[in-house]
Amino acid sequence: MKRFSVTTMPGFALIAICAFAVLYLPILTIATFSFNAGKAISDWQGFSFRWYEIAWANTEVQGAAIRSLIIASWATLISVLLATPVALATTRTAKFPGRTFIYMMINQTLVVPEIVPAVALLIFFAAIKIQTGYQGLGYLILAHVMWCIPLAYLPIRARLEGMDLSLENAAADLYASRWQTLWRITLPLLMPGIIAGAMLCFITSLDTVVITEFVKSGGQDTLATYMLGQFRRGLTPEINAISTVLLALTVVLLTGFFLLTRKRD
Amino acid sequence: MAAAEEQVVRETTRRNWLLSAPALVVLVFTATLPFVIVLVYSFLTPGQYGNVVWKFSTDGWVGLVMTRDVFDDTLGWADAHLTIIWRSVKLSFATTIITFVVGFPTAWFIATRPQRSRPIWLFLITIPFWTNLLIRTFAINEMIRNEGLINTVLMRTGLIHEPIVMIYSDGAVLLGMGYAYFPLMVLPLYAAMDRFDMRLLEAGYDLYASRLSVLWRIVMPVVRPGIIAGCVLVFIPALGAYVTPRVLGGGKTMMLGNLIEMQFGQGRNWPLGASISITLAVITLVAMLIIIRRAGRETAQ
Repeated sequence: MKRFSVTTMPGFALIAICAFAVLYLPILTIATFSFNAGKAISDWQGFSFRWYEIAWANTEVQGAAIRSLIIASWATLISVLLATPVALATTRTAKFPGRTFIYMMINQTLVVPEIVPAVALLIFFAAIKIQTGYQGLGYLILAHVMWCIPLAYLPIRARLEGMDLSLENAAADLYASRWQTLWRITLPLLMPGIIAGAMLCFITSLDTVVITEFVKSGGQDTLATYMLGQFRRGLTPEINAISTVLLALTVVLLTGFFLLTRKRD
Repeated sequence: MAAAEEQVVRETTRRNWLLSAPALVVLVFTATLPFVIVLVYSFLTPGQYGNVVWKFSTDGWVGLVMTRDVFDDTLGWADAHLTIIWRSVKLSFATTIITFVVGFPTAWFIATRPQRSRPIWLFLITIPFWTNLLIRTFAINEMIRNEGLINTVLMRTGLIHEPIVMIYSDGAVLLGMGYAYFPLMVLPLYAAMDRFDMRLLEAGYDLYASRLSVLWRIVMPVVRPGIIAGCVLVFIPALGAYVTPRVLGGGKTMMLGNLIEMQFGQGRNWPLGASISITLAVITLVAMLIIIRRAGRETAQ
């Protein structure tokens, strides 16, 4: 007879396993059929890298991929540079006037649907584009920074909260200056949190499709908006191939994120 | 003594504000100020080729639910908009309920795994969450379209002879949103269950409670903050969904996000787009405030 387990609820495990299956079946199908030699999605005609080669040679895809990487890199760098000092200012410190305000300002975009800031930036940047004549990638980078700042801030803050001040105090006891303490004690200890935040920013910037779609000028497609645009003509194995590459990139970055933020026993 | 202490407080305050200033300036100019401009634009007159004419008008707000007759200028209900608003609310509620019904057992399953394997299950939930929304929506499209996997398999096995039309319907959008936002429900539920003291269950069973009443009267009340958080996290993006209805709903199953986009595209009615967008933001904000209040009260208790 099976032992009575207090934590088991009838049917829960079955639902959970089904949920995991449903969660992975569609993504794995896309990934599998990106290696299909044939054109049809659900008709397997043998293994081939054909669609990867086609996507790789497509100049539009190349341009979009490069643009995506440029925007994501800049947005990540700027977001982390902006968020780290805020994290330092709002953790491990006595409550000071305005702390809640700063916290709310940093996280203001975290809780609204993407379409709301997308519309706001479309209007705002449209006016600036007319005034200045500048049409470059700067708008997209700035828009992604806005969207990424809270995602950089949260893991850095989480890491800081787990660090006590004893090492910093020890450094101060040994007559280290504030800057020396920051550079040689705090930042090295904080690095896993910073890298984790950077990874989340990078993934988010690559993903962001609505904001990019609204803010971009002509000829500034990123991979995400390129894929959305192509979709009008129906899904092709080429899009599956691009999706699979992005998927693989996400898995690699997330694995890194988990290894970095994992609590050591 | 008191003066010196005050001096220290003033100094830390100044330092912390200086450290936060660059990020705050960027956010004021890219998030707060643009939003204020949206508010202003919602009270202006649409320009002929998009953008706005600087003339005060409340038409952007009236147009949310009413429509002006082209010939005699009388106001009537904007049925098309009302249908879209109603569909958005309805589908978002349905998405929340479905993700909860499936997400609760899933989160429980993860929370009751042995300490060692738990992070792996959690990781399996997180991967789809961070996977590009577009890719996940394409994947669902690939499943349910007429030549998609489900129809192909069913036709091959001879169960059906004509493909079942599933795509471009409310149901397809619902499936897509449920699929996309499922991790947003599971993660906060899991966070609440992870802190749940399983000994409470033993106590319940010792007192001859049935599984159902243990679940209903012990687990549910304790994990309630997680339930509320999960529901809000699913409801908010569902209400503002843009990609999912566009990819799975086709042209006829529009939601608020698509209605907004239309005003900035071929609709050329920026003030109306602005007012819908603000409505969406306000609903989101109110939902968040309710949650924070609730959560605050619960911790106070």
